[in-house]
Amino acid sequence: MSTISVPSTKTEKLVGKRVRRKEDPRLLTGTATYVEDLKLPDLHHAAIVRSPHGAARINRIDTSAAKALPGVVAVFTGADVRDIGGVPCGVTLPGLKVPKHHVLAQNRVYYVGHAVAVVVATDRYIARDAADLIEVDYDPTPAVTDPEKAMAESSPVVHPDFGSNIAFVYEQAGGDVDTAFAEADVVVKQRITSQRLIPTALETRGVVAQWHKGERHITLWSSTQIPHLMRSLVAGMLGIAENDLRVITPEVGGGFGSKLNVYAEEALIAWVAMNIGKPVKWIESRRENYMCTIHGRGHVDYYELAAKRDGTITGMRVKLIQDLGAYHQLLTPLIPVLSVLMLPGLYRFRNVKAELVGVFTNAVPTDAYRGAGRPEATHAIERIVDMLAAELKMDPLELRLKNFIKNEEFPFSTATGLLYDSGNYSAPVFKAAEIVGYKKLREEQKAARAEGRLMGIGVSTYGEVCAMGPSAAMPAGGWESATVRVEPSGKVTVLTGTSPHGQGEETTFAQIVADELGVSLDDVRIVHGDTAVVQYGIGTFGSRNTAVGGAALYEALQEVKAKLTRFGAMMLQTDDVLYENGCCHSPSNGKQVTLQQISGQAYLATKLPPQTEPGISVTKFWEPPNFTFPFGAHICVTEVDRDTGHIDIKRYVCVDDCGKLINPLLVAGQVHGGVAQGLGQALWEQAVYDDSGQLITGELTDYAVPKATMMPWIESEHTETPSPVNPLGVKGVGEAGTIGCSPAMVNSVVDALSPLGVKHIDMPLTSEKIWKLIHAGVN
Amino acid sequence: MTHTVSVTVNGVRHTHDVAPRMLLIHFLRDLVGATGPHTGCETSVCGSCTVLLDGMAVKSCALFAVQADGREVTTVEGLATNGKLHPIQEAFWNEHAVQCGFCTPGMLMSVKQLLDRNPNPTESDIRHGIEGNLCRCTGYQHIVNAVKSAAALQGATR
Repeated sequence: MSTISVPSTKTEKLVGKRVRRKEDPRLLTGTATYVEDLKLPDLHHAAIVRSPHGAARINRIDTSAAKALPGVVAVFTGADVRDIGGVPCGVTLPGLKVPKHHVLAQNRVYYVGHAVAVVVATDRYIARDAADLIEVDYDPTPAVTDPEKAMAESSPVVHPDFGSNIAFVYEQAGGDVDTAFAEADVVVKQRITSQRLIPTALETRGVVAQWHKGERHITLWSSTQIPHLMRSLVAGMLGIAENDLRVITPEVGGGFGSKLNVYAEEALIAWVAMNIGKPVKWIESRRENYMCTIHGRGHVDYYELAAKRDGTITGMRVKLIQDLGAYHQLLTPLIPVLSVLMLPGLYRFRNVKAELVGVFTNAVPTDAYRGAGRPEATHAIERIVDMLAAELKMDPLELRLKNFIKNEEFPFSTATGLLYDSGNYSAPVFKAAEIVGYKKLREEQKAARAEGRLMGIGVSTYGEVCAMGPSAAMPAGGWESATVRVEPSGKVTVLTGTSPHGQGEETTFAQIVADELGVSLDDVRIVHGDTAVVQYGIGTFGSRNTAVGGAALYEALQEVKAKLTRFGAMMLQTDDVLYENGCCHSPSNGKQVTLQQISGQAYLATKLPPQTEPGISVTKFWEPPNFTFPFGAHICVTEVDRDTGHIDIKRYVCVDDCGKLINPLLVAGQVHGGVAQGLGQALWEQAVYDDSGQLITGELTDYAVPKATMMPWIESEHTETPSPVNPLGVKGVGEAGTIGCSPAMVNSVVDALSPLGVKHIDMPLTSEKIWKLIHAGVN
Repeated sequence: MTHTVSVTVNGVRHTHDVAPRMLLIHFLRDLVGATGPHTGCETSVCGSCTVLLDGMAVKSCALFAVQADGREVTTVEGLATNGKLHPIQEAFWNEHAVQCGFCTPGMLMSVKQLLDRNPNPTESDIRHGIEGNLCRCTGYQHIVNAVKSAAALQGATR
């Protein structure tokens, strides 16, 4: 597959092409600037002392030895920072219990990694030495880390003031579930878990803060997905004016949701910098990243599916238990609500009833991790549908096709209140089945089974909720912003409110600009991640960059073109003008003016068109009318080794429909990476706490992020069903691979082991677990 | 107590008095001023800090600066020559083997070693050759493509 290089012609359309990325040269040469690369005069270094206990009272903190160490400038504990506002939770739910989340622990710690004190020194080694010299006298108390145990009357209570660990109960129902179950021919039930995962962005979090005393202004550099929201929220925590704080997001080394947050350290380090009058840098260690940056997933769910004998699904009843951890981070309680919204999947049934219980545990908070609530739901839906197929002895593809929402039913309003925008759900299924050779594989499977081999074919057909989202459905605005500025020279600068961190919008957005304005990619600069430069924006998460931020850009470009056309008409002295391919031209008199000539005139402004201001700069805030709903089909072929429990992935085929593709090369990258994270959950990854609250998987040495040797070849294809929600027709693809993957993988292995009577396996499917199943028999 | 350490980094000799416990990654980043090698785990698992030490790929977070005394280090900053990207960099660019870019400098150095040792690697050779470098973004597939492409590019110019 070839890749085109940057073209020089202005007429060649770039949207839809495999264009290599504008951002890559700096990344390939080591010249990109991540937070840790920042150097400032007199920069000081912070280290944080963290709780080694899952739950404990703090009796006393002795900082004297640390303060006496040469090079140590300051030490602060909870008492010093009591007046800094709490770490924010942006979610409101009826009856939600929200514990005050101080930036440093006050008299108790609630999880391993809970920040207790901060040390500032002239050197990073001295800061860490000093942190080790701080003596904290703890009185450990019983902890609870299993969310189901935490719901019991007898459980230790994470926040004793609340009296129980139940933070909220959320119920949602549509249709008539009780009748559906009463009249069902078949009911399948299963407890299905989605284990805690550690997002593991390769770049840990990091913060640098600089207090400009004369200007009474703070600059905060942070590795985040949401610079503007961070500015608003950190300013609030510090009690300063929002415009006295500038947040800059330099290069960000991955986020996957873990940087869609405001953490204690952002306000804490800013406060420390103000307090000592020196710039301060804090770079999270990997161990800290595992202990105190949010985890993902953490579900224990009970699913019931009702169906008729012919395979028609009639209803779903679900109890979801979300392990929240010890606090709410920015969106913690919202994530499992997204699971509830997802429950009907791609299917037509109208009867759904869900009860969701959010439970505090002595663990780091859970929050958005790639897919955020949707993989949890999709995994369970696609598992329980497979269980129904097994129960009815139906082919799992046939059962799905029978229950899909039909093409003519869109827009389709679901039992959970969503309005699916567009879809052709059978198309990716047929395409994936054809690529993998589904019918032939089922024949091969029969032959394999006759030989005693454990061969499995797993299918998942997923849907997701993307392009977050309409503001009415979001905690803090779901619109996005874009400014398009044609400079006097004709170069184009775009300021986007999104905050891309690896997705490649400096390229995809430039492709859109290039096509609309007829300029080359090199003429376009995409600017993001600086609140002093870019108008307010919401940020990057929920597969929203192109579908919402790109739509804002597209709308701004239309106004820019209209203005260019007005100038062109004036300059060509005719109303018969068109803006095309970087020029305004008049079909009637054959004359033309270039973008550069027009922009020059717009800024010289010696003559202006009627009712037209000088300059060319348009800012649009675009509000999406709905979410978008991508979908797809993944098929995974496996063979399990009886002697070792090893799972050999023979084929991995995915056909994703994310609407219109702006850059297929980048879309493939998103799918591959998404599948890797889905496979990670399905096969290897698991954050493990013991009963006392110790994080057993506290380093990369103990947590199985997939390596190159562990990944199969991914055969990725697409169908294209445009979304009517935005003018680009895009749906979003950031999370698709992850959402579609884990059920296909697990369904494949359950299928492989089904001759042994295996009906369900909880993730991760470690070789040990599989070996035990093979040798112990039925689960 | 400090030691005088002299390391040739990308062809330029750097001499500094360092504490014996100073990690090579911090010598490179804080004293030499390199921004290519990244600290991703401090336990030699992720490989973001990979550099070549006398031509061999090593994890600079798991070596002390004193261990590099008198030796030659190549970081990613030493790959391109006179502003022209190395064929491996060019191939990574063409094949979209980079997303967030944090693992990239270390990954490139491991690939450099891989192709120095094995100019025509199979897919399995490639996957094993970069096993010590984690990438959380790409799922490795485009990296595998890039290494194949780099091998072809280098073969063509050899």
